[in-house]
Amino acid sequence: MTQQVLSPAARVVTPDNVKLAVREWGDPAAPAVVCVHGYPDNGSVWDGVVAQLSNRYRVVVYDVRGAGESDHPRHKDAYRLDRLANDLAAVIDAVSPDRPVHLVGHDWGAIQCWHAVTGDRLRGRVASYTSISGPCLDHAAHWFRSRLRPSPRDLRELLTQAAFSWYIGYFHLPLLPELGWRTGVARRVMSWMRRLDKGARASVPENRTVLADALHGLRLYRTNMLPRLRRPEERRTDIPVQVLAPSRDAFVSVPLQTDIARWVPDLRVRHVAGGHWLPSSRPDLVARCVSELVDHVQGGQETRPLRRARVSAAPRSRFADQLVVITGAGSGIGRATALAFADAGAEVVATDIDEAAAARTAELAHLLGARAHAHAVDVSHGNAVYQLAEQVRADLGVPDIVVNNAGIAVSGSLLVTSEEDWRRIIDVNLWGVIHGCRAFAEQMVERGEGGHLVNVASAAAYLFTRMLPAYSTTKSAVLTLTQCARAELAAEGIGVTAICPGFVNTNITRNARFVGVTAEEQERHRRVASRLYGRRNYTPDRTARHILRAVERDVPIAPITPEAKVGLALSRLTPGLLRAGARFDLTPH
Amino acid sequence: MSHKPVTDTTELTRFRALQRLAYEGAQAVAATLEPGVTERQAAGRLRDWLVQQGVQDWFHTPFAWFGDRTAFRHFRTPLQFFPTRRRLTENMPFILDCAPVRDGYVADIGYAGVLGENRIFDRLISDLREYRELIVDRVRAGHTLRQIYDEVDALIARHGYDSRHRVYPGRVIAHQVGKVRSRLPKFIVAGFGVRSLRTLVGDLVVERMHHRSPLWANGKISNHPATPGLWAVEPHIGFRDVGVKFEEILVVTENDAYWLDDDLPHVRRWNGSEAA
Repeated sequence: MTQQVLSPAARVVTPDNVKLAVREWGDPAAPAVVCVHGYPDNGSVWDGVVAQLSNRYRVVVYDVRGAGESDHPRHKDAYRLDRLANDLAAVIDAVSPDRPVHLVGHDWGAIQCWHAVTGDRLRGRVASYTSISGPCLDHAAHWFRSRLRPSPRDLRELLTQAAFSWYIGYFHLPLLPELGWRTGVARRVMSWMRRLDKGARASVPENRTVLADALHGLRLYRTNMLPRLRRPEERRTDIPVQVLAPSRDAFVSVPLQTDIARWVPDLRVRHVAGGHWLPSSRPDLVARCVSELVDHVQGGQETRPLRRARVSAAPRSRFADQLVVITGAGSGIGRATALAFADAGAEVVATDIDEAAAARTAELAHLLGARAHAHAVDVSHGNAVYQLAEQVRADLGVPDIVVNNAGIAVSGSLLVTSEEDWRRIIDVNLWGVIHGCRAFAEQMVERGEGGHLVNVASAAAYLFTRMLPAYSTTKSAVLTLTQCARAELAAEGIGVTAICPGFVNTNITRNARFVGVTAEEQERHRRVASRLYGRRNYTPDRTARHILRAVERDVPIAPITPEAKVGLALSRLTPGLLRAGARFDLTPH
Repeated sequence: MSHKPVTDTTELTRFRALQRLAYEGAQAVAATLEPGVTERQAAGRLRDWLVQQGVQDWFHTPFAWFGDRTAFRHFRTPLQFFPTRRRLTENMPFILDCAPVRDGYVADIGYAGVLGENRIFDRLISDLREYRELIVDRVRAGHTLRQIYDEVDALIARHGYDSRHRVYPGRVIAHQVGKVRSRLPKFIVAGFGVRSLRTLVGDLVVERMHHRSPLWANGKISNHPATPGLWAVEPHIGFRDVGVKFEEILVVTENDAYWLDDDLPHVRRWNGSEAA
């Protein structure tokens, strides 16, 4: 990092004669990124982000008035949003008089930036804006009003945000908030709240300005909240904006900061996993998102996540700009799912142990107008799956949806199923899913923008029979794994869904291994089973449609065929009955 | 349509001539199709064209299917096979299917085309070649009709398409044809000529006595190698809203099998694209 810390920080003097402390890093010739912090922080909240951005951009950070090394005006009026926006304008004029800058705002910093970019003073001076956990107060006021309609969803969103906003009311009380800060209680509360935000800086830094920052910052609320909420304006901006909406923000709910498309035509909303202090808990994520937007606005390519985040009134395909990886995509449910995703606008990576079959799927997806790729992979080999995941990330980026579908069938009782058969089916059906989940979930968690894992289990996961011990065991394990992973990954915004198809007409019956019988009998069993499944004729295409719907609705367990649904209900209501039924040998003859 | 196998060279020439005429008719009509034309109009044009060429009767009158009807999507009843008022639009696939009878000789052909450009159609029709090769190859090898039916299904699955001939009544992929020899009056009932139907029913009865069927499907009754004679074979494959087929006569003799004619539009198309 080429650091050009001017110590003490350079001063920019605002029109009302307040001196602001400004620091900058990076190549002065590179595009300028100006970061504005919130309350009760100072410019140091951006340290992690600066470390990553300053390699490529000129990064400018300043302490806003009333914080850090900037002046702390005493009068309440000095903290009006107009003044704060003028501060920003003064900094921009000073650091980049000729070229527009890219803005990044967090919390109150975002509120100020919103006010600035929706006003006239900075028209043409801001090239893009990334807002984190801070809405435009006027938009927020409109939002509150719009949520007063008597619809359950609106009221829920309103009450959630009201519960998040308790502290705003508290800050308006006389003396009590000051007392809180002076006695150290408020600081402890803040430290506790930050600890909840995994990875965020553990406590408010202890230095002489912290108390003064906290006390002066209260004026931000007392000066601006009520007037803005009472008489909101219609504030618009035409610049490219992206909103990073953390899923676990304890102060600003997601709808409050994202339901703003009517004022911001060029809007992107990125749902990210994390809490309120994203700049300190996930500096990598913030830096990546900012870089993507800046690069795009500077004339670079629009990345897939940016395209996906775009909020537009024009109708879009259901899975437009999503990257989907499917294993076992060379036939049956895997191929149908790949094609259904392709039809719904996704870019598809079809993988299969049979390279030609995967290539064929990709070709068909291509015929449907989708971008598609094929890879040969044996999911039972962990290394192969990890290599695939790495290659997908390198070539195409982190996938949004991964369907662990590859599976095989072995039929025959416990005693006649050989150890080799057991190992093979566990390797493919269970280890394949474990490898797929681990390799891709790791990438999704690191990216921090959610995702979805789909594990194709089976109705045999809960409908037991003496004929399918090996298959049922692997599928039950997949079902259990799915539910554990779902619990674990929920906080990361990653959905995990188990699909339990039932009797679907695919080539799994033609390739099934019937153990304990002669080759001839196996052939006959295969034929009869295929014929029965054929007569049932529940198509892979129908199954695929259900899989897409299950992903959209983030369903935990999706039984597909009616028999799979009834079976799931019976397994819960009358497990004894199913246990009795499991004793019958129903091998087709 | 006869349990008496037709293998006489002169007879075959007559069958071939009529099949060629039927394909010429389909091509001629296809060339006249324009946006806005309905299935009924297209079928009517084909009928008129063939009648002008001396066709006197029909095994079945012409069918025309446009758009997703080429893949028989949402077909629930046999009545839906008949031409409708569906209009042709730009880049829409279509199929013309007719079975004219002239001097007792029968042809049964299916011609798939597209008005403009359609990538899915192009891919399907070029893949159709494999089915034509597979079928004659397996018949020669003496596989049972049922086996071949399943092998065609497996190829369809490998290609990622779905079988559309399974929608035909009886799921048939082919049926036997022969000279029409009924003396019933020329009459069309629900699109099918009664003379031809009478002959087909006669065949059904005779073949059934031999535990065979003049209809080629995947039931137990088709568990025998192709009986010598002429078979109108119509593999029909679909992907999404596009269906593609050909239908032409396969000549089966005691120890060989071959397509009656290799100078047909789809075969020329494949050979042409191969050269390209």
